[in-house]
Amino acid sequence: MSAPAAIYGVLAEFQTPAAVKTAAEQFRDAGYTHWDVFTPCPIHGMDDAMGLRPSRVGWFAFLGGCAGFTCGMLMIWFMNAFDFPIPVGGKPLFSPLFALPISYELTILFGAFGSIIGMLLLNRLPRWHHPLLKHPRFRQATHDRFFIVVETRDPRYADPLTRRILESSGSTHIELVEE
Amino acid sequence: MARISPQVFAPPPPPELERQPLVLNGRSFAWISDKVAGIIEGPTPRWWWGAFVVSALLMLMCFGFVGYLISTGIGVWGLNRPVGWAWDITNFVFWIGIGHAGTLISAILFLLRQKWRTSINRAAEAMTLFAVACAGIFPLIHVGRIWFAWWLFPLPNANAIWPQFRSPLLWDVFAVSTYGTVSLMFWYLGLIPDLATLRDRARTPLRKFLYGLFALGWIGSNRQWSHYEKAYLLLAGLSTPLVLSVHSIVSFDFAVSQLPGWHTTIFPPYFVAGAIFSGFGMVLTLMIPIRVLFHLEEVITVRHVELMGKVVLATGSMVGYAYAMEFFIAWYGGNPYERFAFLNRAFGPYGWAYWTMVTCNVISPQLFWFKKIRTNMVAVFILSIVVNIGMWFERFVIIVTSLHRDFLPSSWGYFRPTMVDVGIFVGSFGLFLTLFLLFIRFLPMLAIAEIKSITPQADPHHTLGGAQGGHAS
Repeated sequence: MSAPAAIYGVLAEFQTPAAVKTAAEQFRDAGYTHWDVFTPCPIHGMDDAMGLRPSRVGWFAFLGGCAGFTCGMLMIWFMNAFDFPIPVGGKPLFSPLFALPISYELTILFGAFGSIIGMLLLNRLPRWHHPLLKHPRFRQATHDRFFIVVETRDPRYADPLTRRILESSGSTHIELVEE
Repeated sequence: MARISPQVFAPPPPPELERQPLVLNGRSFAWISDKVAGIIEGPTPRWWWGAFVVSALLMLMCFGFVGYLISTGIGVWGLNRPVGWAWDITNFVFWIGIGHAGTLISAILFLLRQKWRTSINRAAEAMTLFAVACAGIFPLIHVGRIWFAWWLFPLPNANAIWPQFRSPLLWDVFAVSTYGTVSLMFWYLGLIPDLATLRDRARTPLRKFLYGLFALGWIGSNRQWSHYEKAYLLLAGLSTPLVLSVHSIVSFDFAVSQLPGWHTTIFPPYFVAGAIFSGFGMVLTLMIPIRVLFHLEEVITVRHVELMGKVVLATGSMVGYAYAMEFFIAWYGGNPYERFAFLNRAFGPYGWAYWTMVTCNVISPQLFWFKKIRTNMVAVFILSIVVNIGMWFERFVIIVTSLHRDFLPSSWGYFRPTMVDVGIFVGSFGLFLTLFLLFIRFLPMLAIAEIKSITPQADPHHTLGGAQGGHAS
């Protein structure tokens, strides 16, 4: 017989977004750190209810966009004015004007790469295994149920308050999830 | 805390002004996932096989003709001097234009908070991708010696010469490839939560593995949603200037040249409006049968179709304005070549194509002023096909009529398509439909999570979302 598996956290199921939001506000106010709300679709106002800071994906997109624009301008200058100058009708070998359409497109392309990569990095994706994905009840999280999970590594996990918040805010089912 | 005065609460609107719900009959979250995922999990409908076989045969015909063209040379097409561009570039602009509605729905309507977009955005984005794939064929094969197509990329060619970046044709390469890549990323980003839904519902290990692989381990936590929504907003914000720039750059292929009929400053906005017009035509052509065949009338409601009809009316009128303004400027500009090009366009040997275009693009969409027509699915479907025909003719008229009368009458000509022209064009519809049929069979064609997010059940301040004493409607 194998040793009992470590506990990942406590999972509580809710039926409505209002109930899960009420619970989230209480966890935020009590100062919990390692917990999350799981919903089938983004719920308006949940970031505030959890006390999350605005996402920093925008910085990745901004840096990507800057890189794209610089790449476009430098590439065109290097290829048409420096490495192999192509004189056309006595026009300047490089002008930011004719380089603009391509630099503009590359700004958008690299900015889009930045936002996707930023989203994946900040969400620690892709990841193929997660303790919650092994839990049969948790499958409803992408269907029509709402969950709150408080992880064991949260310093206040063992506090009786955890269970009290979950029960008082109307959770219909509470159980432990194995690692 | 000051008490809120009861006067702050506005009385509910009269019933005739009340917004119709976007998902009819107050359907639940579970119903939405079951309905959309059920299409993929259920048996393959018999009509699907029929449509797939026909489309795949057309696609093979397209590839066959393309192979013949590559192995023989572009002389098998009907184009020759002076008409050096004909159906090839017409088809390219046609297909790229179709794609623009998908990006408009997914990006611009998102930024404008048009919640009705959620029912149609996934299929429209897929349509964009497949249309771009079809569009990509034509510039590639029209270069003739296709094995030199890599000269378009920023790589030194056999003589160590780099591409010429002053050419709008090169801008086009970057615009279209950026457009295809960003559309793919936007589409995939939207698919991630829905693939997770399919993974969690999967009955067979293969489905679980494949949907799980592409869902990237999505667990739907709010921390994930927070970053996800920001990335989605950013991609919408980036796609908006992108979609406006792509067809502007496509129009530079013509507008930057010195040819009467092409050298006009109205081209960029006029091409963008035309692209959205034609794209909405194609979205309607695809979505009206789909909503009936898969019984999706509660999610893609009559109101959705009606709103799309209004977009077609608005953009069709913009296109009509552009046609009129082109004529006005041809007269007002005082350039005799310009004036000849436009009079010849309407009354010359290709007059029949010009008047087909005007009838399909300017006159027929005006029927959408009538609510009876906007809400009649058969009428909307027929008009959407008329729009597609008209917009193909628009590109044909712009390209071929401007070319067939050269500056010297001795160089005048008349373009006639060959069987290869027709075969590749008709076959490109086969490629488009094959890809689209595979999409609706294996991927969620409606954005499950996004539709859930606009229902009252997802609103924590609504009674259906569990709010105590919230507003009921």
